[in-house]
Amino acid sequence: MTMDRPGKAGGILADAALLLYFAFSLAPVVFIVALSLKSNADQTSTYLRFAPTLANYRTVLGLGAGDSPYLRFFVASLVCSVGAVLVSLVIGIPAAYAAARYRFRGSESLLFTLLSFRFAPELVVIIPLGVLYQQLGLYDSYVGMIWVLQLVTMPLVVWILRSFFTDLPPELEQAALLDGYSRRQAFVRIVLPLVRPGVAAVCLLAFIFAWNNFIFPFTLTSSHAQTVTVSSLAFLGGNQVRFNLVAAGAVMAVLPPLVLALFIQRYLVRGLSFGAVKS
Amino acid sequence: MATTGAAAVPSGTVTPRWRRRLRPYLLATPAVLLCVGILYPFFVGVAYTVYNFSDANREPSFVGLANFTDILGSDTLWHSARVTVAFAVAATTVETVLGVGVALLLQRSTLLGRLLERLLIVPLMVAPIIAAIMWKLILLPEVGWVRPILAAVGVHGYRGTDGAGAAFFWSVVVDAWLYTPFVAILALAGLRSLPNSPFEAAAVDGANWWLTFRRLTLPMLWPYVLVAVIFRFMDCLKVFDIIYGLTAGGPGDATTTLQINAYLEAITYARYSRGMTFMLILWVVVYAISFVLVRYLGRVQNRAAGISAGPTAGTPDAAPGAPAGAPAGAVAGSGAG
Repeated sequence: MTMDRPGKAGGILADAALLLYFAFSLAPVVFIVALSLKSNADQTSTYLRFAPTLANYRTVLGLGAGDSPYLRFFVASLVCSVGAVLVSLVIGIPAAYAAARYRFRGSESLLFTLLSFRFAPELVVIIPLGVLYQQLGLYDSYVGMIWVLQLVTMPLVVWILRSFFTDLPPELEQAALLDGYSRRQAFVRIVLPLVRPGVAAVCLLAFIFAWNNFIFPFTLTSSHAQTVTVSSLAFLGGNQVRFNLVAAGAVMAVLPPLVLALFIQRYLVRGLSFGAVKS
Repeated sequence: MATTGAAAVPSGTVTPRWRRRLRPYLLATPAVLLCVGILYPFFVGVAYTVYNFSDANREPSFVGLANFTDILGSDTLWHSARVTVAFAVAATTVETVLGVGVALLLQRSTLLGRLLERLLIVPLMVAPIIAAIMWKLILLPEVGWVRPILAAVGVHGYRGTDGAGAAFFWSVVVDAWLYTPFVAILALAGLRSLPNSPFEAAAVDGANWWLTFRRLTLPMLWPYVLVAVIFRFMDCLKVFDIIYGLTAGGPGDATTTLQINAYLEAITYARYSRGMTFMLILWVVVYAISFVLVRYLGRVQNRAAGISAGPTAGTPDAAPGAPAGAPAGAVAGSGAG
């Protein structure tokens, strides 16, 4: 669609407004990257004139002298996020397909129950789960984290994949069945390859949300399964705060989701709106 | 929604009817079990609310509705409810206005716009807690950029997030920084899928920009924007990460929202029953609001389906009494992806 074009002055004003918003949007990112490259002497002095150094990243990663637990947090984030996504896929793909292709008793309830997980305030589950985890020995464990992260990943996987399945004409499967394929073969050989880009996008998006989660690891882990989001905050709480180290840790915690997001730009609108808006 | 009863599909191999009827249930069983596994602790938590269970009191006794009368009669609850609603309204409003504005500006597809559009989602991928940490550093008078920027435009006496008003203001700013792109990309998807002809007709009739926006763009865009508004408003009601990271609910209890309050009760002081009572009250409110909003969204989308050229694929409306919280139908774009 086109809007009637405002005059040249309007165009300049619009460009200026855009630049203003993006200055606000990107300045914090520039600031944190700059701070992470500053030496201890520079971190509270001049703003953008300094000799950049990678020392903070070396310290955070434990490459220099001293030992750093940061890599352990990184691994914990990775294990919990990948684990949560895998469990959601194995359980979610069949459920999403059933919800897209059949009407069956309770399918609506199942979908809406999953969606209510997305909108439920987390502590409603965390408080009793914390007590139960202590009793079951799941507190501060990967298994416990992967289970609770289903609240984040599962609704996403089922709702978005269902919207991809409903986009496919059911005639595809019917044709395959007429050709003598079994239901399972029709699904694996015909349907699944067609929604593969969708499945990949959902995987990455679910991973990003699991990785970025804070309240679950913050309340249900203490050390072994602690993730980077929790440790980033812990850095700030130290008695002798090194802002440049905090910044380096923050940059590294943000990098994985940011890089992955580049691959799913096309599906972002559908993903973030749970299939409600398709671009 | 394209559903086919299993019976409508001619099957190549002859499977008995009862197995065909059973298939969807088998496919959905693992997901149902997972829901049960998540709902079980929830109901355990609901049971806490009628006991006086805490870390100090591991042998709790039944107290009936005492927790509810206690908490509903306390200033703590009403204060944190006011903070929560104020935060949700302020943040959602700012994000909606800014997001739609940015989408309108990007829609012009100038060279600058196309360059910047690639960077639009950068803040959205930052974990909320990390966003809070970043802004905490930026706001520090001795480290960050906010003080010198304010000084440059003649504002002095800046003291970070010290005051109650400042703490609330900056919490909203951080939320807006993070989530304005969310509203913007949904609004942009909507703008790009609107039909051309009404706008051409308006241009022929000599309607100015403002009239076109008010009478055409905004009403047609509303179903898209509403999805974003609902997501943002519901998320703001349970805000935790951004406030905890930035102010930890302070100064005093100035930014103590309902979830921060429940966190202090249940985790910091290990008073499980009281914390759970807080959360149950919040949960009921969230549920009620989402129900109202989703009914409204359904009406808006049905109206939009009447006037838009594109086909609307939607899920059947939830049966009355079915749990709500979902976009009732899918807004079908006209396929320009």
